[in-house]
Amino acid sequence: MSDSTTQAASGAGAADADPTRLTAVEMADRLAAGTLTSVELTQAHLDRIERLDPTVHAFLLVDAEGALATAREVDAARAAGEELPRLAGVPVAVKDIACTQGLTTTAGSRMLEEFVPPYDATIVTRLRDARMPILGKTNMDEFAMGSSTEHSAFGPTRNPWDLERIPGGSGGGSSAAVAAYLAPLAIGSDTGGSIRQPAAVTGTVGTKPTYGAVSRYGIIALASSLDQIGPCARTVADAALLHEVIAGHDPMDSTSVDAPVPDVVGAAGTTDLAGLRVGVVREISGSDQGFQPGVQARFEEALDALRGLGAEVTEVSCPHFAYAMAAYYLILPSEASSNLARYDAMRYGLRVTPDDSPSAEQVMGASRDAGFGDEVKRRIILGTYALSSGYYDAYYGQAQKVRTLIARDFEAAFGQVDVLVSPTAPTTAFRIGDQTEDPMAMYLNDIATIPANLAGVPGMSVPSGTAEEDGLPTGLQILAPAMQDQRLYAVGAALEARLRERQGGYVIEQAPEIEVRA
Amino acid sequence: MSHLSREDVAHVAMLARIQLEDAELDRLAAQLDQIVDWVGQVGEVASADVPPMSHPMPLANVTRPDEVRESLTVQQALANAPQAQDDRFAVPRILDEE
Repeated sequence: MSDSTTQAASGAGAADADPTRLTAVEMADRLAAGTLTSVELTQAHLDRIERLDPTVHAFLLVDAEGALATAREVDAARAAGEELPRLAGVPVAVKDIACTQGLTTTAGSRMLEEFVPPYDATIVTRLRDARMPILGKTNMDEFAMGSSTEHSAFGPTRNPWDLERIPGGSGGGSSAAVAAYLAPLAIGSDTGGSIRQPAAVTGTVGTKPTYGAVSRYGIIALASSLDQIGPCARTVADAALLHEVIAGHDPMDSTSVDAPVPDVVGAAGTTDLAGLRVGVVREISGSDQGFQPGVQARFEEALDALRGLGAEVTEVSCPHFAYAMAAYYLILPSEASSNLARYDAMRYGLRVTPDDSPSAEQVMGASRDAGFGDEVKRRIILGTYALSSGYYDAYYGQAQKVRTLIARDFEAAFGQVDVLVSPTAPTTAFRIGDQTEDPMAMYLNDIATIPANLAGVPGMSVPSGTAEEDGLPTGLQILAPAMQDQRLYAVGAALEARLRERQGGYVIEQAPEIEVRA
Repeated sequence: MSHLSREDVAHVAMLARIQLEDAELDRLAAQLDQIVDWVGQVGEVASADVPPMSHPMPLANVTRPDEVRESLTVQQALANAPQAQDDRFAVPRILDEE
């Protein structure tokens, strides 16, 4: 009795000393119980950001004043006995792809370096309605094009596990912020894996919901038929709470799904997977695909854990996944070349004026050359080419047919099993600079995540441990049929609980302390 | 085999209104040729009877009543403009000088 009392007291003491170490669920509980205030919690995160972010560079903008103002309002409302949403007072970071009224929103590009949106994205409105202090805007590959955050015009973000390595991309700022305890929760966007791959390489949890499940209104568009907003967190239950806040129909987005949000929070309490049918996708799992041995080993262990939880694990084949990368690198650039045509230097964004008396066309050409980085230029040119007369059928048209075949592969697979699994990324985090000269090598990081975007089905990455050869985190990807997002949370939560039992804590707790650099 | 020549890339970049410098053109043309070669494999798989898919969900027009609603003020709309004049966006000349 006295032992457990002492333990409980010392546990609470440590967390009181540093509330950033709590899960979002614990933060919400303490705020509700009145043992922690939102101002204390928000200030603790801001202090940590001030100390560590010059080293990690997860944030492009920190809004201390705005975050603390929200925190004060929440504390006052709570003191007045007002009934508050579950995450009221819990801080959140937002990827710099979502428009925030009055807060510079750059999408990681020089083109938008000075852009201050006149309105909020719907998901930002939802965060405000949920009374969550917004800590700031997180770094990303320019216009979300990349898998390492090295394509940000404002410098790379560093992986909290090893500062010489990438935090994944494009949402490396959000994943690093969460992994470094700079924020308990963050918003990401996933067009080909930009939530899931960063989660995998930082030992965190990330979900790409079903296409259309979360509003894209006010999100800077990359590829509109692929883009999806989702939560980044350190635990599955935390991700579920944020998922619930942002999901749901929005009349401002004509592709928004008008259907009830699946019970992801309830599913995140799952501890048993008896009878669940799990399919291992042969084409994106296995050492013959060139996946790193340590990634593969943790994947095999995760499959054992799933069997231990009562799931029935079988192999399934999705033969057209082999063509997913090629189809994606036609469809995405095609849509991006159209979406990014709006950056014409006329109404907003960078304007570069060449000498003499240039025409609008010359101003556009010079502004777009100066405002876009290499990867953005490559994709715009590739997309313009794929859509051009004489090449449309061979490239974009053919890619759309492959997309149909991939959707059919999913349909057939989900006729046999309830969820599909694979390693999230083929390797652990690579070194900064290793792949910047080789665009094709960079593209291959998303080999396992891209099929879900093409078909519009939901996916999640949960930590599966660390690779033996480098000690860096690995992720398990879970995929479910459209609008069955709760299955991701059920499988993710059960697996997370099992690994936690085995390893004595969450994978993220094995991350080393960050050494501040001068 | 080369799919995309340096001239092709320069032409497509012009269509996309990106005024590439010579060094950029050299670098991007080589990379793009390699990428186009690789993405061309989509031609190997789908037969003519496979319908194209442009979107993950069936799309229908979404309409709403045509009512006047609150929107951005002129000042808000022009706040990010590189140049504004008389409550309008000021743009460079759009016609040739001759």
